Amino acid sequence: MANMEQILLEVKGLQKFFPIRRGILQRVVGQVRAVDDVTFHINQGETLSLVGESGCGKTTTSRCILRAIDPTAGEIYFRTDACEMLNIAALPESRVQPLRRCMQMIFQDPFSSLNPRMTLLDIVGEPLLVHGMTDHQERQDRVAELLQLVGMRPEYMQRFPHAFSGGQRQRIGIARALALNPRLVVADEPVSALDVSVQAQILNLLLKLQDQLGLTYLFVAHDLSVVKHISERVAVMYVGRIVEMATTEEIFGAPRHPYTEALLSSVPKPDPRLRSQRIVLEGEVADPANPPSGCYFHPRCRYATDICSEETPVQEEVETGHYVACHRAHELSLRGIARQ
Amino acid sequence: MHSEHKPLLSVRNLKTYFFQDEGTVKAVDGATFDVYPGKTLGVVGESGCGKSVTAQSILRIVDQPGRIVEGEIVLCCAKGTDVELTKLHPNSKEIRAIRGTEIGLVFQEPMTSFSPVHTVGNQIIEAIRLHCGISEREARAKAIETLRQVGIPKPERRIDEYAFELSGGLRQRAMIAVALSCDPRLLIADEPTTALDVTTQAQILDLLRRMQEQRGMAIMLITHNLGVIAEMADDVVVMYLGRVVEQGPVDAIFHSPKHPYTKALLRSIPSIESTPRVELPTISGSIPHPYNRPSGCPFFPRCPECIPGTCDTAEPTPIAVSEEQSVSCFLYPS
Repeated sequence: MANMEQILLEVKGLQKFFPIRRGILQRVVGQVRAVDDVTFHINQGETLSLVGESGCGKTTTSRCILRAIDPTAGEIYFRTDACEMLNIAALPESRVQPLRRCMQMIFQDPFSSLNPRMTLLDIVGEPLLVHGMTDHQERQDRVAELLQLVGMRPEYMQRFPHAFSGGQRQRIGIARALALNPRLVVADEPVSALDVSVQAQILNLLLKLQDQLGLTYLFVAHDLSVVKHISERVAVMYVGRIVEMATTEEIFGAPRHPYTEALLSSVPKPDPRLRSQRIVLEGEVADPANPPSGCYFHPRCRYATDICSEETPVQEEVETGHYVACHRAHELSLRGIARQ
Repeated sequence: MHSEHKPLLSVRNLKTYFFQDEGTVKAVDGATFDVYPGKTLGVVGESGCGKSVTAQSILRIVDQPGRIVEGEIVLCCAKGTDVELTKLHPNSKEIRAIRGTEIGLVFQEPMTSFSPVHTVGNQIIEAIRLHCGISEREARAKAIETLRQVGIPKPERRIDEYAFELSGGLRQRAMIAVALSCDPRLLIADEPTTALDVTTQAQILDLLRRMQEQRGMAIMLITHNLGVIAEMADDVVVMYLGRVVEQGPVDAIFHSPKHPYTKALLRSIPSIESTPRVELPTISGSIPHPYNRPSGCPFFPRCPECIPGTCDTAEPTPIAVSEEQSVSCFLYPS
């Protein structure tokens, strides 16, 4: 296992419940268990991807880590510049703010994440201003440098976002995220709103920046081929829980959880000769406000037995670094994607 | 292969332009293709390539200030007569009879295409009663039957629910039920799975394939997802900036693409089978703004194999490279 020196972020038992209020008294009648007992870590300089269907809690997890929303329970340890592990979840807001320069976010939709009334200089320079770089010239130089870093001409600084295409806007969003030299970058579906030809450019840029600046990525995505391309480790989420976590190679080559297998087989492959015998999952994703008993996946699982509907499986390490939460993880042999 | 069949729908040199104050947007600029009965035609291209406007032109629902300026769309009707759709008035009785009964349409966004103030059932029954002229009671029974066929559980109850009460996958199934309710012979599906998760996408694609087998209808599947095309289509049309740059059988498009754009597009997708973390080949630049399209071949500014002096001045015409595959590119001598 990775030794303690390298761990940048460690999340333990993270929970985030949203109350459901009803009636004129706004009584709490239930809880949406958006994130329910999530545990993982990210090493310095690596890319961990969170994948899963919509509503599985990927985005909520990433927002809890940034303390954009407060978690209900759990611990989030982040390695500070002084090399101590701080529990972000327990810190008061005033102490979280300076930490935010170490962790930044890239958003999904480059059309709504940039203020149309601000120039690029204002957009990319805003985090610098907030964190105390008040000198105008200094800020302008830094913005020019950042724009160059993401492959844009510094002369564009005085323009407004409407003058740029989706791919260029996403580059601007990346420049803003990198302004404060963060160590952890949370990328929430950064390429899902882009066309394929532009998507490749942004993926290449993210990989290049990681090598150049030694960044650590928490990559939230639903497109498995993108995830496979960019990440070293993958965590698969289902209804607020991590059902499987392993290296990219193992997740794709030898999955151990039936949900991972189904997810992999449902990705359409861009080759007509591989029209696959797909596993089409029946039914719908479980409701996080009213989850099924036992393993949340059992109503849709083709391998489910009696125990699956009765007991909640615990996450166990089946191989070094390969975590699975499934009662039958040891007996099943599941189909991955053939390595070529 | 198709030569013995008569195409169900045949589009010839279709041009749909939008006349705006800032200039003319040539959304579709000379598209030519055929859809055969019982087959799936995949139309693929990036945003702004005119895929959706092509579908709207066929149904004659292009929004103002858009207009079909040239070309023919010939539909072979159930009675055996050929109808030239571009000659019909967009509000005429004839085209309204064709919409729904001959050609069904599935939109991308199931949330916005259903009315939020009417139940799903009402909207299906409305379509059935308009086109089939049967009583409300029979229409309701038929609506429930259609909902059952598209795999909606407890259709007797779901029929009285509103669109917002259904999940994304169920909503898209209901949308398909509306489109199929009058047994069209051609189903146009415009990005039917783009807003859905992969697992739900697999369910919907499966459903479309099953419906096609049962009813023998033709599908025109519009998408930007090459994986979906590879999975579903029999023939493929690749569009770029309003033009068809290449068309042919699905196997030829994926295994021996001829146009530099098709090749680049196929190279730039991260495949689930490829080596991770290596740099992806990209297409340089971005799609030109519709107001300033390049002269000559629309792809030449981004093309790695561009021939200076030829590609930037003259417009290529479709050239047959094999019996079934054709490409619009100067690299291939006519």
